[in-house]
Amino acid sequence: MTQAATAEKKNPAKKTVAKAVNSLDVSDHQATVGKNFADNAKMTMRNVNVFYDDKQAIHDVSVDIAKNEVIAMIGPSGCGKSTFLRSLNRMNDTVDICRVEGQICMDGEDLYSPKLDVVELRARVGMVFQKPNPFPKSIYENVAYGPKIHGLADTRVDLDEIVENSLRKAGLWEEVKERLHQAGTGLSGGQQQRLCIARAIAVSPEVILMDEPCSALDPIATAKIEELIEELSQNFTIAIVTHSMQQAARVSHRTAYFHLGRLIEVNPTEQVFTMPEHQLTEAYITGRFG
Amino acid sequence: MTESVNNLDKIKQSLSRRNRAEKRFRWYGRLAIFIGLAAVMVLFTDIISKGHGAFRITYIELEVTYDQDRIGVENLTDPEQLANGNWEALSKAALRNEFNDVSGRRDKRKLYGLISSGAGFDLKDRLLANPLLLGETEKVWILADDDIDTYYKSWLDGESYAARMSAKQLQWIDELHAQGKIRLQFNSNLFTRGDSREPEQAGIRGAVMGSLLTLILTLLLSFPIGVSAAIYLEEFAPRNRWTDFIEVNINNLAAVPSIIFGLLGLAIFINFFHIPRSVPIVGGLVLTLMTLPTIIITSRAAIKSVPPSIREAALGMGASKYQVVLHHVLPLSLPGMLTGAIIGMAQALGESAPLLMIGMVAFIVDIPAGFSDPATVLPVQIFLWADSPERAFIEKTSAAIMVLLSFLIIMNTVAVWLRKRLERRW
Repeated sequence: MTQAATAEKKNPAKKTVAKAVNSLDVSDHQATVGKNFADNAKMTMRNVNVFYDDKQAIHDVSVDIAKNEVIAMIGPSGCGKSTFLRSLNRMNDTVDICRVEGQICMDGEDLYSPKLDVVELRARVGMVFQKPNPFPKSIYENVAYGPKIHGLADTRVDLDEIVENSLRKAGLWEEVKERLHQAGTGLSGGQQQRLCIARAIAVSPEVILMDEPCSALDPIATAKIEELIEELSQNFTIAIVTHSMQQAARVSHRTAYFHLGRLIEVNPTEQVFTMPEHQLTEAYITGRFG
Repeated sequence: MTESVNNLDKIKQSLSRRNRAEKRFRWYGRLAIFIGLAAVMVLFTDIISKGHGAFRITYIELEVTYDQDRIGVENLTDPEQLANGNWEALSKAALRNEFNDVSGRRDKRKLYGLISSGAGFDLKDRLLANPLLLGETEKVWILADDDIDTYYKSWLDGESYAARMSAKQLQWIDELHAQGKIRLQFNSNLFTRGDSREPEQAGIRGAVMGSLLTLILTLLLSFPIGVSAAIYLEEFAPRNRWTDFIEVNINNLAAVPSIIFGLLGLAIFINFFHIPRSVPIVGGLVLTLMTLPTIIITSRAAIKSVPPSIREAALGMGASKYQVVLHHVLPLSLPGMLTGAIIGMAQALGESAPLLMIGMVAFIVDIPAGFSDPATVLPVQIFLWADSPERAFIEKTSAAIMVLLSFLIIMNTVAVWLRKRLERRW
């Protein structure tokens, strides 16, 4: 008698889940369940497909991101959540073989229209990466870089103010104000990530994308970042990809569950974690796979 | 139970075999390093033992009277009179004065042969530097002839080489030595003069200047071109068949024998564009062709070593591709590029074959002052001297090799130091 069969006897639900997972592999379309559209949408995505060469990574995703909300994107590894996030500020442009279809709009403006300059877009949609990646420059220079290249500060005093405000908002000012001109790479991992957040908000973006911002950090540093996300949501719209369901539950207002390149369910976070609509979501959050 | 004991025995047996193999392997490594070091030691000892003598040269002290009539010059400011002046008469008179018993044409010729044929011009320079000397008498250390120099040095070392000396000359030198009127001095001529047919007057200044001018041009051309090509290929060019083709060809170019570049330079720069032969411009262009692949390859490696996360961070901030390169990739890869450039330059400095093809092997006495003056370079100078029949050129050749090697060692040290100094960690 195999182990799988024993497990099935103990837990009959597993069989249906496995079936559902398998059926997803072959079915071509399955509509997203839940409330994937919002009234006060900041960004609207309609029928988005992303391909790497001829391999499709994102299938027909339609979802809204509301103003000043924190939306968490969860799902098992390789489900396309990072790919989807990176098409929101066209970071996928840097990958030669990557192709995005469908419509992605911010405030009604098509982000993939040829008229739009990607430089302007990335000033409006900031990004924080998985691994803290401060420039090998001073803390000050790291934060001042964005305002400098976009010409946001006319004088040195203005720039100083932007740097201080950004560091304050990122909760890093008190820790680094004495050593602004030391290397940003000399900070601890958590501090580096907050520095990257300060760097992103220094250009006052409207949306901040975070790609697993805490996966390289210890629990204490993670707690600080999560606290920060909550504060930032008062001024910014935030989309965060995370591996940790607990994190999604703690920081987000809405949660989107991705599975094998499809958006399965979008609902208010509380609902997703208490009574998910889709059985795949339920299977994932209760830890039956993933 | 017995089985596991058996296994343990087997492991123990194989363990001692493995340990022996490791020990042997380490000794192979040590042997290889020893052979390498020994080769370097032999090379250096040989060059230094042959060349150290060239840094000192024999001078003879004579009492010189700056006799206006003898020179035949009335006005020291008239260039024409100076050029026609009989300056050799001064040194000859001084020699006759020292050995006043010498008579007969043959003996006199041997006597005049004690000192360098350029001695008269050295006295002229002395007088022009201090015109008050005219009509006065002073004791001057005068450069000896190369045969005298070779003999005197070998005699001081205890194994005298007198093959090219007459009996009279040997006797005169004994006399001079007894009176303390012959001695070895630091050979400043080696560093201040250009090439000469007379070994005692030959120096490497011309070749060093030629190398310097050629290298400056090579650096000015190959570094910007190489770095631009590397940046374009790494950061901007799409990956397709064309860029693959270019990459393969750059790697091929790096492996082309250098003399082929010389032929190319001869055909294109001299025969087609009619740039004069033997000048640093052509040398620099040819060495640029030769160094470009090295610089492109090392620069690309340096650019590749910049972590992609830095690029992503800058792109995510809304930096344009150009800004990403200028603000981040270039500063971070510059140490690697500089190291590559210095190593490429060191290669170019040691190169002689392609320069032979474009006429930089000519015998050039004047020290080049510009990019369009005929010049030769250090390695070619070494080649020329090694080819010369005079015995005194043997030590000169080794001395020039020492100078070339010290330049190379300095450049490589700077490369290592730069890399250590500018390297950033992230």
